[in-house]
Amino acid sequence: MASTNLTEQYYDLHEHAHPDGYSTTLGFWIYLMSDCLIFGMLFATFAVLGGNYAGGPAPKDLFDLPLVALNTSLLLFSSITYGFAMIAMQNGSKKGLIGWLILTLCFGLGFLSIELYEFHHLIEEGAGPQRSAFLSAFFTLVGTHGLHVTFGSIWLVTLLFQVGKHGLTEANKRRLSCLSLFWHFLDVVWIGVFTFVYLMGVLR
Amino acid sequence: MADHSHGHGHESAFHATTKDYVIGFVLSVILTAIPFWLVMSGAIADKSTTAIVITAFAAVQVVVHMIYFLHMNGKIEGGWNLMAALFTILLVAIILSGTLWVMFHLNANMMPVKMDGMG
Repeated sequence: MASTNLTEQYYDLHEHAHPDGYSTTLGFWIYLMSDCLIFGMLFATFAVLGGNYAGGPAPKDLFDLPLVALNTSLLLFSSITYGFAMIAMQNGSKKGLIGWLILTLCFGLGFLSIELYEFHHLIEEGAGPQRSAFLSAFFTLVGTHGLHVTFGSIWLVTLLFQVGKHGLTEANKRRLSCLSLFWHFLDVVWIGVFTFVYLMGVLR
Repeated sequence: MADHSHGHGHESAFHATTKDYVIGFVLSVILTAIPFWLVMSGAIADKSTTAIVITAFAAVQVVVHMIYFLHMNGKIEGGWNLMAALFTILLVAIILSGTLWVMFHLNANMMPVKMDGMG
């Protein structure tokens, strides 16, 4: 085999222009994976500290499973409405896209309101993050997820304005795809939260 | 503007379909409802069995979300997407199992008292 062939085979000798943002989705995916590691750490922390109640309330005394089920369903609905928004985007329907995005935002805000209500309720009962190692780990893990949903919602509002003003440009489509990954990723993390924090907590 | 992405090998541009999302959604609802029902009704008397069953449901649901909502397959981004995800899953598995292994053995070795009372 001639050495010139080998070079051409293994190296990209001829430079070609990369379209704007062609690697954004992969880069964003790598970011999400690093985010996944953060949640991995927080889950590990919760797994270690989750049984240390310091004589305080246990998950069984605190968690209201029907409320968690409602929250979970809100997040699931927001996932499918975001999916429909992406399909509207693919079909070039700006109106459809904006409608589905607003619906997604409503579900997201509903989720956040219930979570804030739950946190407020816990703190009122004296089960704040300073009460025990279990509650510190709980607030850190669930709070970090909630913060992600908050920033996702802010991003969603930003994109609503972007799409409203500039329409379905390539850049906006790329941004919407990234937010789609982010939003669905948060739903995946929530599967871990409701299973290992709430359901297993009540089982203990 | 719209064409240049096609010449490029690694452009992802996944084409989601309504069918994908609906299948994913229905499966997720089922895979969420069953664990909640199991815990709330106490259908399985043994708690550790229930824990194992709901963990299995969670694992399946994560895969369902990855396939139907995140559109994971070996093709988008030339497979780098999937590689990064598998690498991350490996890391998370090491973090979780390593942490639990070290910390709970530490617990057993250094505090021979039952955990409930310790706090």
